[in-house]
Amino acid sequence: MRAIRVQKVGPGVAVQDLGRTGFLEKGLTRGGAADRLAVHEGAALLKQAPACAVLEMVGTGGTFEATEDVRIALTGAEMTAQIDGATATWNASHLVPNGSVLTIGPTRAGTYGYLHVGGGLTTDTILGSRATHQSCGLGALVSAGDVLPIGQDRGDQSGLTLPRDTRFNGGTVRIVPSMQTDDFAPDTRTRFEQTTFRRDPRANRQGIRMNSDGEGFSAPEALGIVSEVIVPGDIQITGDGTPFVLMAESQTTGGYPRIGTVLPCDLPRVAQAPVGSALQFQFVSLAEGAAIEARARAAWAALTKSTAPLVRDPADIQDLLSYQLVGGAVSATDARLDEG
Amino acid sequence: MRLDTQYIPRVRSVGLDGVLVTFGDSATDTANRAAIAFRGAVDAQNWDMITESSSTLVSAFFRIDLSEHRFDDIADRLEGVLTTQNWEAAPLPAGRALWTIPAVFGGDRAPQLAEAAEAAGIGEADALRDLTTARLRVLTLGFAPGQPYLGTLGETWNIPRQKELTPNVPAGALVAAVRQVCVFAKDTPTGWRHVGQSAFSCFRPRGDTPFPLAPGDEVQFTEITAKELARIEAQVTDGTGGATREVLG
Repeated sequence: MRAIRVQKVGPGVAVQDLGRTGFLEKGLTRGGAADRLAVHEGAALLKQAPACAVLEMVGTGGTFEATEDVRIALTGAEMTAQIDGATATWNASHLVPNGSVLTIGPTRAGTYGYLHVGGGLTTDTILGSRATHQSCGLGALVSAGDVLPIGQDRGDQSGLTLPRDTRFNGGTVRIVPSMQTDDFAPDTRTRFEQTTFRRDPRANRQGIRMNSDGEGFSAPEALGIVSEVIVPGDIQITGDGTPFVLMAESQTTGGYPRIGTVLPCDLPRVAQAPVGSALQFQFVSLAEGAAIEARARAAWAALTKSTAPLVRDPADIQDLLSYQLVGGAVSATDARLDEG
Repeated sequence: MRLDTQYIPRVRSVGLDGVLVTFGDSATDTANRAAIAFRGAVDAQNWDMITESSSTLVSAFFRIDLSEHRFDDIADRLEGVLTTQNWEAAPLPAGRALWTIPAVFGGDRAPQLAEAAEAAGIGEADALRDLTTARLRVLTLGFAPGQPYLGTLGETWNIPRQKELTPNVPAGALVAAVRQVCVFAKDTPTGWRHVGQSAFSCFRPRGDTPFPLAPGDEVQFTEITAKELARIEAQVTDGTGGATREVLG
């Protein structure tokens, strides 16, 4: 059987995909990978569909053995990785030959790292998805001794990389007004935008608590509202005025008011923010948010075009003579280098 | 209902994920009926843009990708449907079921019955009578998969949540607050009071009917002994917990 055998594994490693939709009316949220962009990046590196199931890793990965030649891609939070002891570049695809051992972890930047395999993981489907939904008891965390089956790989290319994204150290996150935004006074909303939050260690796949100095962000009617539908990215303000960004495994309904909703394309930045990193929220109008999201969606779909060979062998470069090999040199002390 | 208190339904966006139509600002029976009926009516029109829908206590939600579809256009279209009838007077959906669920009330298995009765200002015997004679309706499924919010108990049961959370109440528990009873889908910390215990499984992911209940279904609890519950837990393995289902005509 095409598979990866799990020799050792970290405590939060689980099979994920893009989640299950269609069960909101039954009280089951979509779930799926915390960083959906990372899933698309892995799919682009392996030139396969983003629907393929992957391993999501938090903090540390594990030791995995390939039972056949397997293509892999590593995306999301940067972790250390070795194939038979040789360093494997993160944010790139590699070949793990039959019998070779892949070692992943610990995390160096970000929160959620992803291991993708050519052909995708083909663990059991429950309710139309392979996504582990821990809070609802669907699927189980990966444990040592597990043998994770892999589907047929229709590709053969490896050694590709993607430009590193900036989403692993916090930053500015765009939000749209949502159903209860108007329940918050205008100066509360302004103060919310001007506040620098820090990701609390109390964070999981259900929600992430945002800490800040100064007073909370309560709405006057907060305790009297009826429970309403929750979507991923909703920023719920609890009774003491603390914001929580709701993530893939949130409940389907909640009684605390929402001050706004993170754009789906910016949610990976929230998911990946390491503990203590700074995040700011910036309101955009619904129309602006829709336009930003549509552009991001198109960019995610076109990620394959951004892949490049990891190491460019001059023999593979057909137009070598057109390259200006010397004239492009820059000073190593040029301050502009620091701006990249 | 007097006209001057009539709630005008609100159409609002929910992030970029969809549109919410709300029929009340407090959890009333009429608002809940309206939400269920309106959701059913829109679903019956099979709009291409709607990928799924749900009803909550007082609202209908339609998942629509707002980065592809303009909110204003959708809102206009939903407002159009809103004007076609009085949703608060709409009948409940067809194909509803009546569930009879056996449960233990009070004692070690449901230790807060007496406390809940006290909060409601009635005796324990009256509390038991209320909980086992009321025909409750599934107002919505939510929070956890398949988990019903059942209503509506009489005004005396408008008891608040506890100030402190109970760290863990087991799956199958009947908990009460704010004129509602919830049957827990899984072990849960809660501020609601634990008044009964069933072996009814609200979420059966590996079975043919993963989500047995539907909004609009009715539920009646019958009292059994702790010994009988233990027998059901030991012998009934299909998740029904000894409950029966009867289709309402």
